[in-house]
Amino acid sequence: MKQKNLNHILHPHIRTVTELKAINVDLQSDAALQVDISDALSERDKVKFTVHTKSSLPNFKQNEFSVVRQHEEFIWLHDSFVENEDYAGYIIPPAPPRPDFDASREKLQKLGEGEGSMTKEEFTKMKQELEAEYLAIFKKTVAMHEVFLCRVAAHPILRKDLNFHVFLEYNQDLSVRGKNKKEKLEDFFKNMVKSADGVIVSGVKDVDDFFEHERTFLLEYHNRVKDASAKSDRMTRSHKSAADDYNRIGSSLYALGTQDSTDICKFFLKVSELFDKTRKIEARVSADEDLKLSDLLKYYLRESQAAKDLLYRRSRSLVDYENANKALDKARAKNKDVLQAETSQQLCCQKFEKISESAKQELIDFKTRRVAAFRKNLVELAELELKHAKVMS
Amino acid sequence: MFSKNEFSVKRRFSDFLGLHSKLANKYLHVGYIVPPAPEKSIVGMTKVKVGKEDLSSTEFVEKRRAALERYLQRTVKHPTLLQDPDLRQFLESSELPRAVNTQALSGAGILRMVNKAADAVNKMTIKMNESDAWFEEKQQQFENLDQQLRKLHANVEALVCHRKELSANTAAFAKSAAMLGNSEDHTALSRALSQLAEVEEKIDQLHQEQAFADFYMFSELLSDYIRLIAAVKGVFDHRMKCWQKWEDAQITLLKKRETEAKMMVANKPDKIQQAKNEIREWEAKVQQGERDFEQISKTIRKEVGRFEKERVKDFKTVIIKYLESLVQTQQQLIKYWEAFLPEAKAIA
Repeated sequence: MKQKNLNHILHPHIRTVTELKAINVDLQSDAALQVDISDALSERDKVKFTVHTKSSLPNFKQNEFSVVRQHEEFIWLHDSFVENEDYAGYIIPPAPPRPDFDASREKLQKLGEGEGSMTKEEFTKMKQELEAEYLAIFKKTVAMHEVFLCRVAAHPILRKDLNFHVFLEYNQDLSVRGKNKKEKLEDFFKNMVKSADGVIVSGVKDVDDFFEHERTFLLEYHNRVKDASAKSDRMTRSHKSAADDYNRIGSSLYALGTQDSTDICKFFLKVSELFDKTRKIEARVSADEDLKLSDLLKYYLRESQAAKDLLYRRSRSLVDYENANKALDKARAKNKDVLQAETSQQLCCQKFEKISESAKQELIDFKTRRVAAFRKNLVELAELELKHAKVMS
Repeated sequence: MFSKNEFSVKRRFSDFLGLHSKLANKYLHVGYIVPPAPEKSIVGMTKVKVGKEDLSSTEFVEKRRAALERYLQRTVKHPTLLQDPDLRQFLESSELPRAVNTQALSGAGILRMVNKAADAVNKMTIKMNESDAWFEEKQQQFENLDQQLRKLHANVEALVCHRKELSANTAAFAKSAAMLGNSEDHTALSRALSQLAEVEEKIDQLHQEQAFADFYMFSELLSDYIRLIAAVKGVFDHRMKCWQKWEDAQITLLKKRETEAKMMVANKPDKIQQAKNEIREWEAKVQQGERDFEQISKTIRKEVGRFEKERVKDFKTVIIKYLESLVQTQQQLIKYWEAFLPEAKAIA
């Protein structure tokens, strides 16, 4: 009975997550197409997102409508972009990570089991802690799914994608099941081939300085962002542990205060209150740090990976083009299947040029977006830290 | 009281232990709460002896120095102990006879451990008729206080540990952010990231200092008091032993009187005289026992009152100082972030 009680509390209903749109910056309020996640419900293991669209485009039947989507459907949409050859020349917005409540759920179970061994006061405090944690994770996953949709909606080509429109409008279940074991295995092999190929392809020096520079830059940047993201995560977690300690110290002081007979008891109670307040603020500090810094870094980790993927596709097409050239030369020399070789070479050439063109623009956009996002987040981080520090002193 | 106004002498750690053991032997069993000396640490001391010039051994020495200072300050605050000649000699004389029998693993050390164990067993078997509710109440209070303090101490130690972790992680992050700033090709953003790295480094320093404060002020205060309370409990135990002695004397007196009566009946004049002598002896012992018991009870009452006052003052002072340190940290943080903000805004 108690278990069910706790579960009920930990499945919140979230209204708006406007404050968490921090990561994405240039989402101009475009009257043509506006997408957001207006609501979210957590149920058992699944999270149901309410995707709300406002659009003046003729492709949609109505001007404003909402559908309910789950994580798998987002992944389906992302994968459909990746697999679409036409989009090879664009940075595909990275897929949102799977909502992960396992850690919280474990803690909840432990709390339920250990309920008998702690005072009522401690139990309430720990429950509050857990609830706050759960809420934070929940908000984050909603934000990340929303960011993905907004990026697609803001992209001049991707927003016209038919699958995207179906995703937004079709008000029944898309019936995309998650990948079964066989498909996951296939994916795994595909990835291995891709990374091996990537190594081969990256050996080819690029004729274009811009792309050569971008490639070296992205490689280094990606690695460093990965490192910074991991360290930032650890720092945020330590901060949270320290905040939790304040919580426990507050409880102990409270216990001391209520049991002590001398006039120090009022003092203890006051100090205990102080620790409680401090703890709430420290927890917020760590949450904000998490949001502005860690999440920013994590997001750009994924984006830089997507940019790398773009470069890879371009290099791949360049290699294909060069191979086609060689084949054409051979065919001309042997005077055999020349037409076929010519057409295939032309196709490769076209593909390569198309990709290069859009890639250039994409990478420039990426940089602009990145700089703006970092600026916004760093400024907000500094402002929040200041605010909290002032409150605490 | 002292020959000079200001003076200093060199003392070894074992000298402190020797002082404590002398004071304890003289005053504990009559009800005075003698502040306990810092504990021996075989591991810590070995590292220092081996000459390891690293952070942990300097920390160890500093920790010990602070603990010994607190010990002495508490001891001299006690008006009775201050009058003690051993304490004066300890503070004043330039040459002190080497304290023996203070090593943990020496013969005397082992004897001490055995005695402690025997005491514990005895305590369990003494069933005292407590006539004074005050003592029962106080004992219960100290038990509770002991438990609470131990819990609080564990929590504060966790905080110290996490704070140290936070400092290490912040330093790692600062380095990583600096690297990121290096590889960023947008100049303004690159500069801002380097600034961020610097800010985080400074914050790491702050965290380290705060961890020290956490520890030296808060955590050590708590562990000192946990040991002090053990001393208080010891004093209560001595009172029980005193009572037991008085009881035993009364029982023996009764037996001697019975013997006298028996001798009277059996009409053995020399044995009667002997019995009468013994009765006088034991009557005196009973009276002495009663006096001792009342004396120790009175002393304990006074001591506990003084202890409580000291405790309140101590806790208030230290905790306020600790909270002030927390505030200072926050103010420093403000300065750092305020310096960073314009840099972040300057990213074009």
